[in-house]
Amino acid sequence: MNTRLAASLTIAGALMGMPAEAKTLRWASPTDITTLDPYAHTESFTTSMLHHVFDPLVRRGRTLELEPALAVSWQTVKPDTWRFALRRNVKFHNGNPFTADDVVASITRILDPGARARGNLATVVRAEKVDDFTVDIVTQGPYPLLLNDLAGIYILDKEWMEANGALKPGNIATGVTTAASTTAVGTGPFKVESYKPDAGTTFVVNPDWWDRPQHNLTRIEFKPVKSDATRVAALLSGELDLIAPAPLQDLQRIAASPGFKVIEEPSLRLIMLSLNVRPELKAMPGQKNPLLDVKVRQALWHAIDLETIRKRVMRDKSRTTGTLVAPPVPGYAKENDAPLAYDQAKARQLLAEAGYPNGFKTKLNCPNDRYINDEQTCVAIASMWAKVGVQAELQTESRATYFPRQDRGEFDVSMVGWATLPPMDGFSVLSSLLTEQKDGYGGSNAGTYSNPRIEELTRKAAVELDETKRRAMLAEALKVARDTVAYIPLHQQPLAWAVRDGVEVPQFPDEYVRLWFANVK
Amino acid sequence: MLKVLISRLGQAALVMLVVSAVSFVMFRYVGDPVATLSRENASVEEKAALRRSLGLDQPLVVQYGRFLGRTLSGDLGISYRNQRPVTQLIAERLPATLELVLVATILSLSLGIPLGVLCALKPHGVAARLVQALSLIGISTPTFVTGIVLILVFAVSLGWLPSFGRGQVVDLGWWSTGFLTVSGLKSLLLPGITLALYQLTLIMRLVRAEMIDVLSSDYIRFARARGLPTRYIHFRLALRNALMPVITVTGLQIGSLIAFAIVTETVFQWPGMGLLFIQAVSFVDIPVMAAYLLFVGLLFVLINAVVDILYAVVDPRLRARSA
Repeated sequence: MNTRLAASLTIAGALMGMPAEAKTLRWASPTDITTLDPYAHTESFTTSMLHHVFDPLVRRGRTLELEPALAVSWQTVKPDTWRFALRRNVKFHNGNPFTADDVVASITRILDPGARARGNLATVVRAEKVDDFTVDIVTQGPYPLLLNDLAGIYILDKEWMEANGALKPGNIATGVTTAASTTAVGTGPFKVESYKPDAGTTFVVNPDWWDRPQHNLTRIEFKPVKSDATRVAALLSGELDLIAPAPLQDLQRIAASPGFKVIEEPSLRLIMLSLNVRPELKAMPGQKNPLLDVKVRQALWHAIDLETIRKRVMRDKSRTTGTLVAPPVPGYAKENDAPLAYDQAKARQLLAEAGYPNGFKTKLNCPNDRYINDEQTCVAIASMWAKVGVQAELQTESRATYFPRQDRGEFDVSMVGWATLPPMDGFSVLSSLLTEQKDGYGGSNAGTYSNPRIEELTRKAAVELDETKRRAMLAEALKVARDTVAYIPLHQQPLAWAVRDGVEVPQFPDEYVRLWFANVK
Repeated sequence: MLKVLISRLGQAALVMLVVSAVSFVMFRYVGDPVATLSRENASVEEKAALRRSLGLDQPLVVQYGRFLGRTLSGDLGISYRNQRPVTQLIAERLPATLELVLVATILSLSLGIPLGVLCALKPHGVAARLVQALSLIGISTPTFVTGIVLILVFAVSLGWLPSFGRGQVVDLGWWSTGFLTVSGLKSLLLPGITLALYQLTLIMRLVRAEMIDVLSSDYIRFARARGLPTRYIHFRLALRNALMPVITVTGLQIGSLIAFAIVTETVFQWPGMGLLFIQAVSFVDIPVMAAYLLFVGLLFVLINAVVDILYAVVDPRLRARSA
């Protein structure tokens, strides 16, 4: 009797096209969702989580290519004006229809000087409604990366914002909060069911999503678990289906546990060394800075055994690199990617030619909790340099104190990680790392590197709308950077997650977790 | 009496002022919130504007003065990380920590006292020696090791108990409790044991020492001579007297359990005050750090003041001595 009942229920379920059972994905990461207001923060983890609830006008697809989302097509009507045709029959989670008014209200909201994420759409001046399903976005002069920027700008419901007094943005820096800080009304594949900072956030599937779902989830339970050991234990004890990231030191143990596997992918984040090219080194006050000589910088590069770092420190998980962007990023060129060969004799010879046959003294500063095995990498480099006579005085510290000091230019040689996010474009390396600090450029150029050709190329690429020409400019600038050893690139960080068997989650080099591609058995 | 009270309160206020000043100066060295709040590719101008809007461009003295003014008017500021009023955050996290501390205290008392008595009554028995040896381990193992070992055994290998979090909680007004659901109670066990372990061994050793002391005193010998039942002598006469210092120590320990549940809460992702603090440190969330340190300072000052005043009330000799 019972089996017959069960059988008929299954058939009924199949006939109605309903999933036979609820599919829940439980997962954990060390960081939490900072706020539900997408314009109140600039954190990439929170941005990736909110993408489950909100849609942008254009989004990143399965291979990170830009594809239509809430906008179905676009064209540049003038060099500084882009026209977007919007998707019809899209509904917000509260049932309100999606129209051009929502786009204009959202863009206006992020352009508010009080919005923390204002800088993510820096070149946009305004959005104008053409008709109910057409919007113009006006930029400050020609701007090639508008679509890249828009992929991170989520669209909110105008009526909801009006009704809840949330038309003005929140800001985590100044502490401004609105109803949108704790309630998320979007058009995305999932709805927020509950949001408890530090305890967990649950999402339920949005059955009325405009796109055909490629996932089979009905529910996502997210828990922030800060301690690495606890996160791994919770996965192995069956309380979680996915942990991202999985700590590097535990990968072998997880892979050896039956029922679990480690999934890996190279991340976009490149680790490199920044070199101080001010007149003096902090380690040698009163003397000429040896790093001003390109031969010395080449010698330091030749003296690093990248292969050993990859094998020993990074446990075979990283990819060594000779350029400043990862292969999927525009501006990457294969011919730029070979690192200078590990050659101690060559390094000594170059040092001697530059007038430092007995080496010199410098400081080497690294964070110890920001990048994967950052401290160990620097310990290895310091000992490799010692073999060619360069005495690097190593100092490592927490990210909280490291980055402010780096910003203030207190370091000689220091570690930098760069993922070109959010635009995912080589231009971000040029505009932040390779240019002088002025006109809004060079924000992270800690060593004050400067090259007239790169300055010129950066300013040209900033307004070049022809993509082929623009990419050629990026590649040329990155070649100059390599030839002059602007930075010493080390490796591309690995991205490692762990899942239980039966969980299929694609990974992306930008380290975003995109569970609308996840399938659970 | 009034003089004692006023001088205690004056001292307490002074201590709080020093705590706030020291913690404020310390923030200079824990990092710069501008760096953690900024976009990766933020320009120099953007960072400078942020620094201005946070008031961090002002001299330290001015910042401290503003902080004091706001604190005295009851405003502890807004968390950079959670963007919510700090007072509200602390009120939300307090139940989790207090329930954990309550469980740990109950565990340590209900196990520590009987074990201490056992060790005192049969100091050379096998059981007593075993307990003594184990207590050495308990007192010398760091909390995070205990926690991880418990997780590995009871969550990963046996799969009996959850490895992290509070489980299902029930909201009673503003108080969220884990005592009313099965998963909530299960979740309390491992962190409760982890947090209790140190206190348990402390209480056990204290009870043992006090009991041995009391058992050799004259009135116990006379009671034995009178032929009173052993049970009566041990539990009604000896234990009661031995418990006086235990009560004082437990009271003070509760303070430190609340303040130092940080490690246990981190290991078990327990959403209490300790976790709030440790996350504030890694995010350089100055308003939360300041409020937490003030709270802990206040807690200890209050407990100590109450204990001192109680002593003075109970024991006239102390009043005379302190005068």
